[in-house]
Amino acid sequence: MNGLEQLVRDRHIIVCCGSGGVGKTTTAAAIAIRAAELGRNTVVVTIDPAKRLADALGLGETGLTNEPQLVAGNWPGQLHAMMLDTKRTFDDLVTRYAATETQATKILENPFYRNISGSLGGTQEYMAAEKLYQLAVEADFDLVVIDTPPSRNALEFLDAPERLSKFLNHRLYRVLMAPSRLSMRLIGAAAQTFFRQITKVVGASVIDDAMSFFEAFDGMEDGFRSRATKTQELLKRPTTAFALITTPRGDAVVEAEFFAAELANRSTEVAALIINRMLPQYPAVKSGPAGLRRNLDEFRSAAQREESNVGPLLAACPKAVVSRVPLMAADVHDLAGLQAVSASLFG
Amino acid sequence: MDPAKFFAASRVHIVAGKGGVGKTSVTAAAAMAAARLGLKVLIVDIDGKFGTAKLLGAEALTYAPTELAPGVDARHLAADDSLLDYLAEHGMGRIGRRLVSTGVLDVVSTAIPGIKDILVLGKIKQIERDAHENNTYDVIFVDAPAAGHAITFLRSAAGLLGAVTAGPIRQQATDVAAMLADGDRCQVMIVTLPEETPVNEAAQTAYALEETVGVKLAPLVINGIISPIAGLDAATTNETLSAAADFRRGRIAEQQTHIGRLAVALPLPTLTLPFIFSAALERAEIAQLADALLESIANL
Repeated sequence: MNGLEQLVRDRHIIVCCGSGGVGKTTTAAAIAIRAAELGRNTVVVTIDPAKRLADALGLGETGLTNEPQLVAGNWPGQLHAMMLDTKRTFDDLVTRYAATETQATKILENPFYRNISGSLGGTQEYMAAEKLYQLAVEADFDLVVIDTPPSRNALEFLDAPERLSKFLNHRLYRVLMAPSRLSMRLIGAAAQTFFRQITKVVGASVIDDAMSFFEAFDGMEDGFRSRATKTQELLKRPTTAFALITTPRGDAVVEAEFFAAELANRSTEVAALIINRMLPQYPAVKSGPAGLRRNLDEFRSAAQREESNVGPLLAACPKAVVSRVPLMAADVHDLAGLQAVSASLFG
Repeated sequence: MDPAKFFAASRVHIVAGKGGVGKTSVTAAAAMAAARLGLKVLIVDIDGKFGTAKLLGAEALTYAPTELAPGVDARHLAADDSLLDYLAEHGMGRIGRRLVSTGVLDVVSTAIPGIKDILVLGKIKQIERDAHENNTYDVIFVDAPAAGHAITFLRSAAGLLGAVTAGPIRQQATDVAAMLADGDRCQVMIVTLPEETPVNEAAQTAYALEETVGVKLAPLVINGIISPIAGLDAATTNETLSAAADFRRGRIAEQQTHIGRLAVALPLPTLTLPFIFSAALERAEIAQLADALLESIANL
């Protein structure tokens, strides 16, 4: 059995990492299709899919939403697909942990909250991790395949839960949480100096907006913090596999190497390495018309460059199962196209 | 168009494109091409992966400029360093070190998205001012964040202007927005490939940048074009030779389709760069790309 297929059969979570533009979302969908073909109840979470993917999955009418939708297909298992809606997921989380409905409304209407709950900054990563937790722990899927946001800092997705915990534990947050000048005095001179320094840098209005947000947030930190810790644990379980997706082109490989190094820093290994859009590998031919030989030699050189590009990456992921997917003439437009990608991934 | 005029059109050229389109090699080639015209060039690396510098033979970059080739300097701008610099220049050097060492910057950037971007863009703006006033550099190439973050990165100024009503961050955002809106100071060069998804994304990025950032768009760079080759239609019974010939014909036809689609989707002048068929992509190949770029600019 193909090594990648083994992962699809055994694991509970497959996290697809890689930079944007390397076919990550399509690969995630192709992996999920194979899982359904293997009889598993699967869900694929996409982050920013092209409309084409929804069409290919037969969900063009409704589009992909923030809830798993069943994809019709001729397989023994089940395939569900969804698209992460960052703001809605964040809103749900606020509603869940708010003590009262009034508190929830107050937060949801706060301008600062509205600013951070959109797609800016690290919120998309927090919410991708949160959605993963909901699907993997609170729902009954055999396998969750999750596409990750195309983060600049490679693994913000992995760090998001911890960053949130750290944020909630940080003394700056505690200072911001101080409801009045009186308690500022109680916090002590050192914290006050600190607070003034921050105000000087970011401007007082930011602090005011943030303060009213944090005041409204009061009492919800524990819920968020324990959630963040649990998500962190989930990502470290042996039943979670990380698949790294790239193309063999120089700049994409540099990004992928960066991912591999970051994963290694977190004592997490790359379980699968998927190299999309590889040029064909031709054997050498010694005789024949000159133009044809020159053409062949050019592609042989370019293929050799691709191999030397990916060489260091392969060395950086010694335990990974490797799949090389050939360059396809056209992008995926329908389920048959996705199944073709799936076939070459698992071929 | 005269290539010297092309590069002098703006002081800052932000090179944007998704992973795998060859953004780093295009940045390196553009820098080498500009230097060949006698211009003083600075390459700014933001993501800390030093892709462009590596193509030109340097292993890593620092906050201080490094000379990569005659007339070509490069430096890495990280948010932390940019903040320290900013604070030091505003008489707050002491608290700066403390902000970074206590992790406050991380906390603040969690609470206020876009703040790291504005620190880096603010530093670029300062370098651009300095280049203008003290004649330090003629052209500055910014290797924009990959992975489709160019829009978020460039939108940070507008986003912060909406969120922050006063204070130094607002001032910084105002100044950056002014630079981005001024075509003489700054333009964005989008790099793409003649393939389906990259073409769609290049068009989306271009419209998003124009609408939400209001930045001037430079001619679009279509990278990796496979050129025709003489004698490709010769008869052969060798299966490998004929398969490779079919492959080239197929790729060329496919690429032409997407180049045509791009022309319809995005009416911008275009520069074309050939696919480099070589076993390595190093200084010699970058020089080849620089030649092709200069030729393509001359034909604009």
